[in-house]
Amino acid sequence: MTLLGTLALWLALLVGVWGALAGFVGGLKDRPDLARSARNAVFAMCGALVVAVAALEWALFQHDFNVEYVAAYTSRNLPIFYTWSALYAGQKGSLLFWATVLSAFGSLALVLTPRRHRELLPYVAAVVSVVAAFFISVMLFGHANPFQRLPYTPLDGSGLNPQLQNPGMVFHPPMLYLGYISITIPFAFAIAALLSKRLDTDWLVAIRKWTLLSWLFLSVGICLGMWWAYVELGWGGYWAWDPVENASLLPWLTMTAFLHSVMIQEKRGMLKKWNLALIIGSWLLSIFGTFITRSGVISSVHSFTQSSVGYFFLAFLIVSGVASFALYANRLPLLEAEARLESMVSREASFLFNNLLFIGIAFSVLWGTLFPILSELVQGVKITYGPATFNFVNIPLGLALLLLTGIGPLIAWRRASVPNLRRQFAVPATAGGFMALVLLVAGMRDFYAVVAMGLGAFVAATIVQEFARGTGARRRQYGEEYPLAFARLIARNRRRYGGYIVHAGIVILFVAFAGMAFKTETEATLRPGESASLRSPYGYTYTFTSLGLSQYDALNRQVTAAAVEVRRDGRKIGLLNPEKRQHVDAFGRPTFQPSTEPGIMSLLREDLYVVMGGVVNGTEQAVFRFTINPLVWWVWYGGMIIALGGLIVMWPGGSPAAKQSQAGYSVRLVGKQP
Amino acid sequence: VTRRYDATSYVDRRGFLTLGAGALLGVVASWRQSTPQAPDSLPGTGPSGRLWDPARAGRPLDPVTVADNDAAIQAIEKQLHCTCGCNLDVYTCRTTDFTCTVSPALHQHVIGLAEKGMTGQQILDQFVREHGVAILMSPPKRGFNLAGYFAPSLLIVAAGVVLTLVLRRWTRAAVPAPVPDTPSSTGGTPEELERLRGELERLSV
Repeated sequence: MTLLGTLALWLALLVGVWGALAGFVGGLKDRPDLARSARNAVFAMCGALVVAVAALEWALFQHDFNVEYVAAYTSRNLPIFYTWSALYAGQKGSLLFWATVLSAFGSLALVLTPRRHRELLPYVAAVVSVVAAFFISVMLFGHANPFQRLPYTPLDGSGLNPQLQNPGMVFHPPMLYLGYISITIPFAFAIAALLSKRLDTDWLVAIRKWTLLSWLFLSVGICLGMWWAYVELGWGGYWAWDPVENASLLPWLTMTAFLHSVMIQEKRGMLKKWNLALIIGSWLLSIFGTFITRSGVISSVHSFTQSSVGYFFLAFLIVSGVASFALYANRLPLLEAEARLESMVSREASFLFNNLLFIGIAFSVLWGTLFPILSELVQGVKITYGPATFNFVNIPLGLALLLLTGIGPLIAWRRASVPNLRRQFAVPATAGGFMALVLLVAGMRDFYAVVAMGLGAFVAATIVQEFARGTGARRRQYGEEYPLAFARLIARNRRRYGGYIVHAGIVILFVAFAGMAFKTETEATLRPGESASLRSPYGYTYTFTSLGLSQYDALNRQVTAAAVEVRRDGRKIGLLNPEKRQHVDAFGRPTFQPSTEPGIMSLLREDLYVVMGGVVNGTEQAVFRFTINPLVWWVWYGGMIIALGGLIVMWPGGSPAAKQSQAGYSVRLVGKQP
Repeated sequence: VTRRYDATSYVDRRGFLTLGAGALLGVVASWRQSTPQAPDSLPGTGPSGRLWDPARAGRPLDPVTVADNDAAIQAIEKQLHCTCGCNLDVYTCRTTDFTCTVSPALHQHVIGLAEKGMTGQQILDQFVREHGVAILMSPPKRGFNLAGYFAPSLLIVAAGVVLTLVLRRWTRAAVPAPVPDTPSSTGGTPEELERLRGELERLSV
C-alpha cells in the first residue's frame, strides 16, 4: 500500500502540474478544451490524493511500523480515533491531508460554481493545482514523504504524544486546516478575476460562501484550539499568544475584515482594491502560518520538528506574494470605485474604521510574533515578547473594535442624521454606562474589565434593539406572533441577523476574556483528608479535600488519579479527579514523560481547575494546584454562538430577490445616481 | 478434644469456637506483622499510604512551602521566561510542566535572592545579568523595544488620521443627491406604499 501511496503522490503531482499549465493557458488563450482538461486534472488530482490518504490510513490501521510515519505517531494500543487522527498528527501526514482537502475543495468549487462564472474557472483550476502541487512537491522533494520506510521494523510504534490524545485532537487541527485550506478558493477566484480582468462585483458573489466557510472553519478551529489547550495542557488558560496561535488568528482577522468591507463593495461598488488585497493577504497569511509552524524559526509549543520544509514554504510565500501583488498592481486601473463616500457619519465610514482596526490588530499580532527576530536583527539581542506585552498592545485595540461592533450596524448607509443617531444609540449607550456604573459600585476596579463589560452591555443592547425593532415591525405589518415574527425576521435576512448573532457571540467572548482578570490560584500539598481553601471573586469559599490516590491501568496508559472533594461554603458540590498519566506501548514500556490531566468542574460563573503535579516520597501526599477561572464556560458558549451565527449567514436558500439584493443589486442602483 | 475409636478427632461446640477464635487472632496478628507499611488512609485518618508504583506519578516533588505561594515571589516569576524551551513564564511552567527541572531551579533561585533581602526589581536585574534580557517575559521599555510596544498603536492612529483626511476629501468631492426643497406630500399613493412595503419585505424586515 505504501508503494501505491507513493505512486499516487507522483501521479497527483504530474496531474497537478498539467492542471496548472492547462488552466492558465486555457484561460489566457480562451481554449475550452484546455479549460476542460484543467478542470478534469483537479478531479484526477483529488482522486489520486484520496488514494494516497487511504494508503496511509491503511498503514496506520494495519500497524505497519516499517513505515516511519506509522512508527513515529502510533502504537498498537493507541485508541482507534487517535489512530485515525494520526493522519494529521505529524508534519508529513498533515501535508498530505492539506493537499487532499485542497484538491477536494477545488473540485467542489469547480462543480458548484454557477455557469455564469465559467470564464473564471480555468484560472481557479490552475491556482488550486499550483498550490496543491506545491504541497505534494514538499512531500516528495522535501524529505516529507509519509510513505517513507525504515530499514528495520520496530515491534511497536512510539505512540501519539499524550497531549494529542484528547478529543480536541480529532476536531481542532482538521477544523483549522479546513479554514486555512479553504482560503485558497477565494484566493483562486481573486487571481482569476485579476487575470481575466472581470473585476466587477460578480466574482465576489462566486466566493461569498467560500469566504464564509473559511471564516467559519477558522473560528471553530480557533475556539476548539482554546478549549483543547484549556482541558489538556494544564496551565489553566486558553490563550497564550503562542506564535502558532497567533498564526491562526492572523488570517481570521483579515478574513473578518473582508467579510465587513465586502458589503461596501456589494452595496456601493466601493473598496474593490481593498477587498482584493484582503483576500490575497489572507491567503498569504495562511501560508505564513504554515511556515511558522513548520520552520522552527520561532520557538513554539506547537511547532513540528525543525526541518528543511520551512525553506520550501518561505520560498513559496515570497514567490506567490510577489506574483500576486505584481498582478494586482498591474490591474489597479481597472479597480476604480463605482460610487463615492457621501458622509463621514455613515455605515461605509464606520466599516472602514472597523477594517482599519482589524488590520491594525493583525499587524500588531504579526509585529509581536516577529519582534524577537527583528530585535535580534536590529539590536543583536533576542528578546521575549510575552503574553503581557501582547495584552498591553492588543487589549485597547480589541476594546475599540468592540465599540465599533456596536456602532457600525446601527449607522445608516450613505449618510446618517443626528436624530437618527440619537434614536439608535440612546438606549445602548445608557445600558453600557449603567453596566459600568454598577460594576464600579460593586467594587470592580480592573479598568479593562470594567470597560469590556460596559462596552459588552452597549453592544448587546444594540443587538437586542435591532431584533426587537425588526420583530415588532413584522408583527405590526403582518400580525404575526412574536416567536414567528422573530424566526421569520432571521430567516428572511439571514446575513444581517446571522451577523448580529455572531456579534452577540463576540460580546460574550470579550466579557469572558475580561473574567480571566480575576483568576485566583494556590498550591498545596495534601495528605488524604487534608484540605485547601480558595476564595472566588464572587465571594464563595471553595474547600478542596483530598480523599486519596488510586492507581490503575487503562488501554495505553498507567494512571495515578486523585479524588478531590469540592465544597462551596461548606456544601459538597462534587468530586474532581486530576490525573498523572504514564503512557506505555503494547509491551508496557513507557513512551513519553508522565503527563498531567487536570480535573475541571465547569460552572456558569467560574471553573474549578485542579492539577496534580506529583506525589511526595512515593506516598499519597500529593502536590496540587487549585485555580478558579471566572466565566470560562462563556468562552465556549460564545464560540458556539459565533458558529451558529456563521451557519445562519451561510445557510443556502432564501428568495431570489433577497439574494439579488445582497449581491450587486445596490451597485447597479448606485451606478444610476448622478 | 476426645479421640474416637476410628482415630478421628471429636470437637465439641465450645472447643470448636475456641479454636476458631484462636485461629482468627493468629491470622490477624500475622497479617499485621506481614504488612510493615502504614494502613491505606481514609479521609482524616492520619498518615498517607505508599503508592503501589510511585514512578507512574512522575518525578517526586517536594511539599509546597509558604514561599511557593508567596504572591510577591509569584509576581516576580511571572515576569521571568523559563529557559527550558516551553515559552512559558517560570511560575506557569513550574506549576504546569512537572517534568521540567529548569523552572523549579529558577524558582529556588528567586526564593534565594528574595531571602537575601533583594527587592523584586533587584531580582529581575540579577536574572538579566545572569541570563541576558531574553529572560524577561516583556522587553524593557527602552530603545528599540519601544517600537515593540508602541509601533502598532502609533501606526493605527496615523492610519486613522490619514483615513479621516481621505474620507473628508471624498465626502466633500461627492455630489449630494438632489433633494427637493419641499416634499410634494407627506404620504404616498396606495401603489407607492404597496411597492415600498414589498421592497421592505424583500430587503430586510
